[in-house]
Parts: sequence; C-alpha cells; structure tokens
Amino acid sequence: MHYNWNWHIFWELSPDGVHSYWDTLWSGLAWTLATSLAGWVIALALGTAVGTLRTAPNRWLRRFAICWVEVFRNIPLLVQMFLWFFVLPELMPRAAGDWLKALPNAPFVTAVLCLGFFTSARVAVQVAAGINALAGGQRLAALALGLSRVQAYEYVLLPLGLRIVLPPLASEFLNIIKNSSVALTIGLMELTASARSMQEFSFQFFEAFAAATVIYVIVNIIVVAGMTLLERRLALPGTLGGEARRAA
Amino acid sequence: MFANFDFSVIANSWVYLFQVGMVFTLKLTALAMLGGVALGTLLAMARLSSQRVLSLAAAGYVNLVRAVPLVLVIFWFYFLVPYIAAWLIGAAEPVKVGTFLSALVTFTLFQAAYYCEIMRGGIQAIPKGQVQAAQALGMNYWQTMSKVVLPQAFRNMLPVLLTQTIVLFQDVSLVYVLSVPDFVGAASKIAQRDGRLVEMYIFVALVYFIVCTLMSWLVRRMQRRIAIIY
Repeated sequence: MHYNWNWHIFWELSPDGVHSYWDTLWSGLAWTLATSLAGWVIALALGTAVGTLRTAPNRWLRRFAICWVEVFRNIPLLVQMFLWFFVLPELMPRAAGDWLKALPNAPFVTAVLCLGFFTSARVAVQVAAGINALAGGQRLAALALGLSRVQAYEYVLLPLGLRIVLPPLASEFLNIIKNSSVALTIGLMELTASARSMQEFSFQFFEAFAAATVIYVIVNIIVVAGMTLLERRLALPGTLGGEARRAA
Repeated sequence: MFANFDFSVIANSWVYLFQVGMVFTLKLTALAMLGGVALGTLLAMARLSSQRVLSLAAAGYVNLVRAVPLVLVIFWFYFLVPYIAAWLIGAAEPVKVGTFLSALVTFTLFQAAYYCEIMRGGIQAIPKGQVQAAQALGMNYWQTMSKVVLPQAFRNMLPVLLTQTIVLFQDVSLVYVLSVPDFVGAASKIAQRDGRLVEMYIFVALVYFIVCTLMSWLVRRMQRRIAIIY
C-alpha cells in the first residue's frame, strides 16, 4: 500500500499562483464562520419569534408555528439549498430574480438565508420547550402583576425560557457550523470545499482532510468553552438550573 | 408564476427517479441504520464500561465524529476506504471500491456515533436494581446486557432511534457530492439534462416532505403506545 506523504504541502503554492494551500484553508474557515454567524443571527431572531408563537394562546398562530417547523425539518438541507439557489430566483418577478442571480456573492447570500431559515425551525422547537418548561405560575404571576401578554413574554417568559435552553441552543450553533459545509454544493468555498479543492489539485487527500478535521475540532472546542462561560455568566440564582450552574 | 412550468419532465422520469434513485436512498438508509444501531450499541456499552481505556476510546471516537460535518466525512471515506481495503487484503495498490459500499461504510460509522448517544441514554435509564437483580441471579455481563438491559433500552429508545433514522434518510441526500444517483442525485441529473431545475427540485422537496412528515407522524403514534412506565 503506497501513499506519498507530504506534510509540507500546506506551504506549497495552490493553483491560483498567489496563495499557499494553507491560505486556501484559512479563507475557507473565514467563509465557514461568516456564513454560520450570519445564518445564526437569522435563526435566532426567526426561531425565537416562531418558538414564541408556538406557545401563543391563538390556535392559528400555534398552527402557523407548527407548519413552519415541519416544513423546514422534513426537507433535507441539501434540497433546501437547491430551492433557495436554483428555484427561488425563478419564482420571483423577473427583475428581482435576475438581480439575485447576479449578486457577486450569490452562494454566500443564499447559504446564509437557507441555513438561517433551516436552523430557525430547530431553534423554535427549543425556545418553545424552554417556555413550556417554566412553571405555569410564572405566566399567571406576570399577568396578575398587570403586565400585558407581550410584556410577560418580554420580561419574564423569554428571559427565563431562553436561559433554560442555552445548552441545546449551543449545540444548534455547532450544527449550523457543520451544516454550512452543505453550501459547497452551490459553490461556496467554505472549509470543506477548500479541503476538497486542495485534495483535487494536490492529490494529498489525507493531509487536506486531516487539516480540515483538526480545524473543525478546534472551532468546536472554542464554541463549547465559550458557551459554558456564557451560560455561567447568564445563570440566575434561584431559577430552574440556575443554582446548579452557578455551583458548577 | 407557474405559467411556464413544464411538469412533463416529472411525468417522463418519475419511474427512473423512484426505481433507481429512491431505491438507492432507501437501501443505503436501511443498511446504514442496521449497521449504525449495532455499532452504536457496542460503542454505548464501551462508553459505559468501567475499563477506562475502552470508555475513553469510545468517547473520543463519538466526540470526534460529532464535531465534523458529514460532507467532510463522506469525502474522507471516499478516499480512505480504498486504502483500508488494500490494507485489509494486503494489496499493494488501493482497491477500487464502489461508491455504494464506500457510502455505506461512511454512513454506518458516522451514524453509529449518534445512535451511540441515544443507546447510552437508553441503557442509563434502566433502573440499577434490574442490573443488580440480574447479577444476583448469576448472569454475567453479556447475559445481563442481552437478556435484561438491551431489550428494554431498545424498546424505550425505539422512537428516538427511528427519529434519528429519518435524519439519516435526509442525510443520505448528501452522497450527491460523490455524483451518485441517489434520489436527489438522479433528479438533479435529469433536471440538468432537460434544463428543468425548478420543477424537479420542487418535486423532490415535496416527496421528501411527504415521506418524512408521514414517518414522523407514525413515530409519534408509536411513542404513545410502546413506552414502558416504571
């Protein structure tokens, strides 16, 4: 069995003639992080809104939230990527569609939207679970104090509910980073795509994929550490899980 | 907006899409589920083992696999499996392995990490008294596991295992990156040949949506029926 090891490959020039393979991977990481972070902002905003609607008193609002989750959860991410990239521009008015297709960073914009909406469904499930995990008395107490329903969510239910689901939200954030690799199918040069192109041009698949794996693992460790810190800072003594986390 | 849609492309190709594409997808899903659950259960037992080396190795594997994207793992194994096969049979050159086999190995090993975490929860949820009772009856580790703990753990975890399998069914679409004719791959081939991306991808999304919604509805129904209450 022969495999020609060449760990110096990272410092060799990539086919673009300017950058080394290391630079290629590095810029891939930058795209991965940019896509995931931008997508996460959308996911968190939409997910919190839809998750709140899932607990709303109005039946139709709840149904809308359930449909939202089912649609984004029951279609593979790859197919959703294709829908946003190939199908959506054709369904819009011609001028808007052409504008979208001609965007300089069309794969990036599409990937951010797609990942944002896809992840929002998962965030919504967690947010609704967090609100439902609160004792029913919290909602009633807030209303009895004279808060409006919106205020009850704003000052009581969401701040407490979101704290409870911080750990699952952290793992959704890790998921969006991993899922951003699917965007390579629509031409985004993120980390996995960079490793793949390095493999294609240099034939050093082992080195290329090993480097990408190590980078993903490091990002993973940093995010987990950051989330643990955040969780500890945000913990409220006297609330569900608050004390245990303070002590830990 | 649907005025210039041409759905004849689907009428002409659906037999191929299901006979070739969907069959590939379902076959890969089923085999990877069987292999993944078996390997995942062994991994879960290793993670819960009192042998430190064993539990650390299993934990390391599971955490590593869960930290990297599936697409990267698919690429890894696509290139790695030929070398592993050559090493196994002592060949000098990398062996040509079909994409199906390579994808099967990938999904089995990848999903095993996720099934492992589910089975670990299932095993830990079995009351300690049951294990002690089994040991008091003179059963050894394997007897305790196979006759007392695992049957109950499987039963309790079946809905979660099946939900994970729905995720697997969707994830199989990612073999698209190897240009394999799974359901999405087959559809995309025809879509590109006929220049009918819009109709085809809407159709694909609908099929997945219907199948997955139906399956998760069935799983939820089953969940209510089979739970063992202590």
